[in-house]
Amino acid sequence: MTNNDLIKLENLQVHYRVGGGLFSQAKHVKAVDGVSLDIKKGETLGLVGESGCGKSTLGKAILRLTEPTGGKVFYNGKDLAHLPQSEMRDQRKDLQMIFQDPYASLNPRMNVGQIIGEPIRTFGLANGRNVDQIVQELMETVGMSRRFVKRYPHEFSGGQRQRIGIARALAVDPEFIVADEPISALDVSIQAQIMNLMEKLQAEKNLTYLFISHDLRAVRHLSDRVAVMYLGKIVELAPGKDIYDSPLMPYTQALISAVPVPDPEVEAKRDRIILQGDVPSPIDPPAGCHFHTRCQYAIDECRRNVPQLVQIKPAHSAACIRISPEHPNIIANAEAGLGAVGLE
Amino acid sequence: MNNNGTILSVNDLKTYFQTEDGVVKAVDGITFTLAKGETLGIVGESGSGKSVTNLSVMRLIPEPPGKIVGGDIIFDGTDVRALSIDEVRKIRGKRIAMIFQDPMTSLNPFLKISTQLMEVTQLHLGHTKQQAYEHAIKMLETVGIPDAKSRVDGYPHEFSGGMRQRVMIAMALSCDPELLIADEPTTALDVTIQAQILELIKDLRERMGTSVILITHDLGVVAGMTDKIIVMYAGKVFEQAPTKELFERPANPYTKGLLKSVPDPAHEQGEPLYQIPGLPPDVAHLPPGCPFAERCDRAEDICRSEYPPFVEINENHHSLCHFAKEVYDGN
Repeated sequence: MTNNDLIKLENLQVHYRVGGGLFSQAKHVKAVDGVSLDIKKGETLGLVGESGCGKSTLGKAILRLTEPTGGKVFYNGKDLAHLPQSEMRDQRKDLQMIFQDPYASLNPRMNVGQIIGEPIRTFGLANGRNVDQIVQELMETVGMSRRFVKRYPHEFSGGQRQRIGIARALAVDPEFIVADEPISALDVSIQAQIMNLMEKLQAEKNLTYLFISHDLRAVRHLSDRVAVMYLGKIVELAPGKDIYDSPLMPYTQALISAVPVPDPEVEAKRDRIILQGDVPSPIDPPAGCHFHTRCQYAIDECRRNVPQLVQIKPAHSAACIRISPEHPNIIANAEAGLGAVGLE
Repeated sequence: MNNNGTILSVNDLKTYFQTEDGVVKAVDGITFTLAKGETLGIVGESGSGKSVTNLSVMRLIPEPPGKIVGGDIIFDGTDVRALSIDEVRKIRGKRIAMIFQDPMTSLNPFLKISTQLMEVTQLHLGHTKQQAYEHAIKMLETVGIPDAKSRVDGYPHEFSGGMRQRVMIAMALSCDPELLIADEPTTALDVTIQAQILELIKDLRERMGTSVILITHDLGVVAGMTDKIIVMYAGKVFEQAPTKELFERPANPYTKGLLKSVPDPAHEQGEPLYQIPGLPPDVAHLPPGCPFAERCDRAEDICRSEYPPFVEINENHHSLCHFAKEVYDGN
């Protein structure tokens, strides 16, 4: 572990039991299935994937809002996954979360001052007048007028509510923030405002973000590195530019190719990779590589071998048995008839 | 215009809602024509009036509190506003079909997919049960549902989001409509599924010659799908133009701002994104001047005091702005 890793995940697992009773065998949903990742101090790690791939569960498991069923979560070298609840509570001061739906995550009976002030009081960071002072400063930091301190969540628009959610997360002066789809519910013109606010705060407070989103354009814009998740596993990890410009995994290629570009000329010329079918159920994911059911390059070995995330190029890892550092291009490999080069 | 003929023409449509807060002019004067086989995109943020426009065309505005207070809606020569509800019902679902954002709430969870699909053709095409059942299977196959023969008797919850949207499209296209209105059809779907559904709409449009109105907030989606675009803001048409021209040379600062505020993958990470400041206005209490003036980066005094003119840039390109020509010329 290097010194600049703030968060380090080792084989993190979140498995849920579904069903099971007197006459039926319980099944398991492997929402997060052995994820190892590190997040460096001050960086934004983007996490993308389709709905149901486990990206939100992964974010929550880091903060223990969902209990991991296996593996380790190191924060500054301390394993959070095995910390007693009481110590974890204190630790949450340093690790905060911003949610997708700012309405559902704000108590409708509390006014803005109470919402932002609550974590400050809970952690005993200030008291009395000082709390009000801090709350008002935070409101200004996130671009809200101090006048609104006595207003209630329903009096605000979605974008304003998201600012309240961000102010609340910042109230305890955290080091690390999990932002789970923070812009998905917002209008286009407001999305840019919130993304700029997040970047400004990161620069001012040296924050580290895990930015979870299905919006690849937003992820590309905000993230230093991007991890692509599919059915509980990380399948590709690289700097944002490389993920976009030269994706290695067939899944990532399809994902990037599916993003509509706001330029009619580009759209007219594009040859889109259209994936067949839906994401398979995480209850009984396909054997071998989970993606083989939708992959145009799948060969027999893909149905048997579970690919490992390995480094293919500098700072660029992918989990696919049909590519290797010597043969990184799946399309060329397929044309040349190369089989499972990653297994040799 | 073009020689295919016009399927829909909407002229100065106004739909208002009475609320406790006063009159909300949800749609306040929108004019467009749609030729046969053409696709129109309507873009706007929430509350801009894009959905109300299309609910008006379908005569689906709940009355009260809403009411179409002015304008004409001419569908294939028929004045839709003058029709009785029974006559509207004969058109709705048969000649004009609609698909919505959330396919789960638009399908009845208690009825089999087959029942829901059969209802449409039994009602509109006078199919017998047997004919309707066979037609339902055929439609599911058309929209790419694998194993349609056995899936047709399933219930909505047994289908994934993308599959449900396919079912909705199958239902909408059952009677071979002349106009398909798709209101945010892919917003609730993942990108890979969105790509599938958009491809399907494109393909069906070409095969069946259907005209399409595509309502969305995503400029990327309209870029690849439409012939022309209307940009709405606060119930008003801010700009309308052929798709290519709108993206290349917008003549309205709002359109320009929207285009710039979408993250461009080619840009370097770390540069701040262009942002339109402020919030969309409260449509019940619009300021006297341009509704966008407060947020506009090139607003001048006149914008705050006088309502802007709808400037003609050329025959097909219009913009609601005091400085439309200047913006068009890049100033």
